[in-house]
Amino acid sequence: MATLEIRDLHVNVEEANGAQREILRGVDLDVNAGETHAIMGPNGSGKSTLAYAIAGHPKYHVTSGTVTLDGEDVLAMSVDARARAGLFLAMQYPVEVPGVSVSNFLRTAVTAVQGEAPKLRDFMKSMRKAMSDLSIDPAFAERNLNEGFSGGEKKRHEVLQLELLNPKIAVLDETDSGLDIDALKVVSEGINRFRAGAGHGVLLITHYTRILRYVQPDFVHVFVGGRIVRSGGQELAEELEANGYEQFVKEAAAVS
Amino acid sequence: MQKAVESDTPVTRLHEHASYDPADFEVPTGREEEWRFTPLRRLRGLAGADPLPAGAVTVEVEPAPEVKAEKAQRGDPRIGASYVPTDRVSARAFASFTEATVITVPAEAETTAPTMITVHGEGTDGVAFGHTVVEVGPMARTTVVLDHRGSATYADNVELVVADGAALSVVSLQDWADDAVHLSHHHVQLGRDAKVSHTVVTLGGDLVRIVPSVTYTGRGGDAELNGLYITDAGQHQEHRLFVEHSAPDCKSRVLYKGALQGDEAHSVWIGDVLIEVSATGTDTYEYNRNLVLTDNARADSVPNLEILTGEILGAGHASANGRLEDIHLFYLMARGIPYEEARRLVIRGYFGELLDKIEVGDVRERVAQAVEAELG
Ligand SMILES: Nc1ncnc2c1ncn2[C@@H]1O[C@H](COP(=O)(O)OP(=O)(O)OP(=O)(O)O)[C@@H](O)[C@H]1O
Ligand SMILES: [Mg+2]
Repeated sequence: MATLEIRDLHVNVEEANGAQREILRGVDLDVNAGETHAIMGPNGSGKSTLAYAIAGHPKYHVTSGTVTLDGEDVLAMSVDARARAGLFLAMQYPVEVPGVSVSNFLRTAVTAVQGEAPKLRDFMKSMRKAMSDLSIDPAFAERNLNEGFSGGEKKRHEVLQLELLNPKIAVLDETDSGLDIDALKVVSEGINRFRAGAGHGVLLITHYTRILRYVQPDFVHVFVGGRIVRSGGQELAEELEANGYEQFVKEAAAVS
Repeated sequence: MQKAVESDTPVTRLHEHASYDPADFEVPTGREEEWRFTPLRRLRGLAGADPLPAGAVTVEVEPAPEVKAEKAQRGDPRIGASYVPTDRVSARAFASFTEATVITVPAEAETTAPTMITVHGEGTDGVAFGHTVVEVGPMARTTVVLDHRGSATYADNVELVVADGAALSVVSLQDWADDAVHLSHHHVQLGRDAKVSHTVVTLGGDLVRIVPSVTYTGRGGDAELNGLYITDAGQHQEHRLFVEHSAPDCKSRVLYKGALQGDEAHSVWIGDVLIEVSATGTDTYEYNRNLVLTDNARADSVPNLEILTGEILGAGHASANGRLEDIHLFYLMARGIPYEEARRLVIRGYFGELLDKIEVGDVRERVAQAVEAELG
């Protein structure tokens, strides 16, 4: 059974002028297969930094702490090795890559993650099925990766990759933002299909409780000032919905 | 290192001097605008005044079934009819070639295959000269591929004459061995409503300098000038374009992209566009981009647009030098794709729009493979 274990994680971000700034200040979290964790926190609290640090983005430097997947040291792995080990990050701002078609990209990624090239026919079939499940126009297969996609199309396309790559632990960074209600339902169904698979865990980063009505979390964590300041169940999300983050931000300020 | 410098000299002044006689051009010193980027001492005497021993290239032509291919001697009226040399090396090539290749496409012919002209260099001992004329008759459509291989010190002129309503697609492949020196002028003359798609692919050579130019003789001409180059350690690859808009309602699009890697890799792109008073309704845009993959490689990029009439449809240029974007590589690698493969995908994607412009499938595939082999 898969477990992502994060211990006392401290992360600096490299700013444009080259200076280092501490963003994560001691994050502890376990995500097990079969569990869905929601992380909620105000803008700039470091949620994406956590996601990027797990994925190995070159601008984010881990200064102390550990991240392991089933006991393996994730921080020692290259970005691509992390993905092949079973980690997946749906990005808040998916990247446009000119001249690389969606189908070529997906096939290359599936080949890399599975360790061998799928039969072209099987691949095309599963890609078309996954696209139709997410109401993605088949013509997108021949478009350049994320180039000119609307915000919502980019998010759906991240979930398409989630379903095709079938990781152990998925980190979804604001996959719900920028979606209208219909798209939110489609995307939530995709996440739920993934959750239903055996041995899958989800870390869902969001601002809004809206998506939690469709993707029900087992745990909710409040993230303020680069760390988790409170953990609870679904009821914590409702409290946040009613009262906002203000109380937590004040508490965090008083502590530090 | 990378650089983009505007030239101070007006475009009008840069191209006014033309002659068939090499003696009408001074031996360049390297200070002249048109020679300032070129390492003259690597030209093996081509720009100098001393006589040079004769070298050899073989020219093989596989014509499309509908076209006529012949060898023509000096004095044939078709030679030099559309073009007068504009620099000393070009004039020397014009004065020195022994036999010209002339391709004639009959009016209204729609050729069923490309015409392949293969220029094979037989070594760098001595200097070889060449001349090629392609005449496309009214309303005809055809494709010509110029394929340069082997080792040579070679200077030549290519005249591409496209009659009214005709369309010509040309690919010139500089796939030379690493010791070749090649200087070439390609002149396109477009008739009324004529169209050219001219694609230069420069992969090899010690020094390659290609000078494509376009003139329009009637309204509605349309020139698409594309270029793809991969400049490796020690190579000098220079592409100097000149589009002279003199007729009204004509169009030009320039799209050149390069990738540079290795010590002393040096690419030069010059994009001179002149819109004369008579050229109302002109629509022009030029774009050059360089991917500088390693330190100590240098890409010079000089767009130069001179507009002498206010009544144009559009005119613009853009030029950018950049590196491989970490964020592109990160996104691909975050999906499990190893670094080397991610890099290949991004570079192939960068050149993708140019590869798509090469209509001849075999040639496109060969260039695509060369791109991967050179950069993979
Ligand atoms: N590449 C970067 N360069 C400079 N500063 C950065 C960079 N990435 C993040 N930061 C800073 O780190 C802090 C945390 O950013 P992060 O993106 O992790 O927040 P977030 O919680 O995801 O916010 P949001 O809810 O707006 O997505 C912010 O102050 C942000 O400006
Ligand atoms: Mg964020």
